[in-house]
Amino acid sequence: MLQTGLEHIESEQAFKDTLADNENVMVCCGRMGPMCLPVYDIMEALTPDYPHVAFRDMAFDEPVGRVIRSLPETRGFMGLPFTVYFKNGKVVAATSGIQTMEQVTAVLDEKFGAGR
Amino acid sequence: MSTDYDIVILGAGPAGLTAGIYAARARRSVLVLDNGSVGGQMVLTEKVANYPGVTETSGRELSQVMAQQARSFGCEVKAFARVAEVDLTGDVKAVTLKNGTRVTTKAVIIASGGVPRKLGVEGEERFVGQGISFCATCDGEFFTGRPIAVIGGGNSALEESVSLSKYASRVTVIHEFDHFQAEAWAVAEARANDKISFLMNQRVLAFTGQSGLAAVRSADKETGAVTETLVDGCFVFIGYVPNSGAFEGQVKLNERGEVVTDEELRTSLPGVFAAGDVRHKRVRQITTAVADGTVAALSALEYLNELAA
Repeated sequence: MLQTGLEHIESEQAFKDTLADNENVMVCCGRMGPMCLPVYDIMEALTPDYPHVAFRDMAFDEPVGRVIRSLPETRGFMGLPFTVYFKNGKVVAATSGIQTMEQVTAVLDEKFGAGR
Repeated sequence: MSTDYDIVILGAGPAGLTAGIYAARARRSVLVLDNGSVGGQMVLTEKVANYPGVTETSGRELSQVMAQQARSFGCEVKAFARVAEVDLTGDVKAVTLKNGTRVTTKAVIIASGGVPRKLGVEGEERFVGQGISFCATCDGEFFTGRPIAVIGGGNSALEESVSLSKYASRVTVIHEFDHFQAEAWAVAEARANDKISFLMNQRVLAFTGQSGLAAVRSADKETGAVTETLVDGCFVFIGYVPNSGAFEGQVKLNERGEVVTDEELRTSLPGVFAAGDVRHKRVRQITTAVADGTVAALSALEYLNELAA
């Protein structure tokens, strides 16, 4: 399990429920490694400013990680973490590797609407 | 968050956090601001085994302990601060955040560290995460049984080449000079590895491919002969550039953009000090950043005492 302050998705059912219950979802699928930790930190920092977005993480090596690893949008990704943005259950953006605050907010603002 | 502090520290890496510990312990009001995570580049280090007194830890853990220690003395530490503007020129310095908050202070310690150097060539941005990587321990296994390149000639490049050879079918080290900057032991270890070959004196021209990285194109700096190294992945370890853009035109920078300081870590402006990787120095380690943070904080405290005298 990931040691972050984010809500974790730990099963395929929880993943489906998250997409069903939330219009805008950002899922960061990674490990507790140096390229992933900054992205989790960014998501935690942005949570209060983007109440219309559900921020979740997912362990890359757990069985549930398959739901992200097997997406067509992450085919060819070769850098952790895999970060996927869903709107109404559909993938609207996906990135591979470490991201900056500016890169993350650019996607959030464009796909889900600006934060506070 | 208050808006006036005795000392504002720009950067929450080991230099900035150490300065925060010393300055706050001296009962000064201190704010540490960072545009990224607490820990700076230290967070990107998976294993720290040469920090005295700690047998082994991760950069993340060490960062958290340092931040906790600073906070225990009353230092405020704010990550993802989104600094918009810094005015260091007056007696009262000002830092403005993107949310409009204006913080004033009598002394500033610049500890903004560095950012990974990029090659700035065609295809570099496009293939990040889809062939180009900066972390061997994170992404090495994606290249199991596949050919890769490593760009660089310092300790990181050669150490990671050896590490990546456990996964990759072959590793081509591409370096811009005809000799390595790495220490002799790292060079010897890489040279002794059958999977590793070397392409020296090269200028990288482009990263090419369709959906993913397929080749690194480089040219011999002497003859101009172009080589296409066919790879599925490329790890780039070519050092760092100082994160000093916000201070350009205010404090004196050298030709590499590093903040110029004296032995007390004073910059060209009164009341402005610099510590860690952002300043001109030869050795860049967590330990030397910590030493810098200490010296800069003590100098800033002395400056404040002189102002009050």
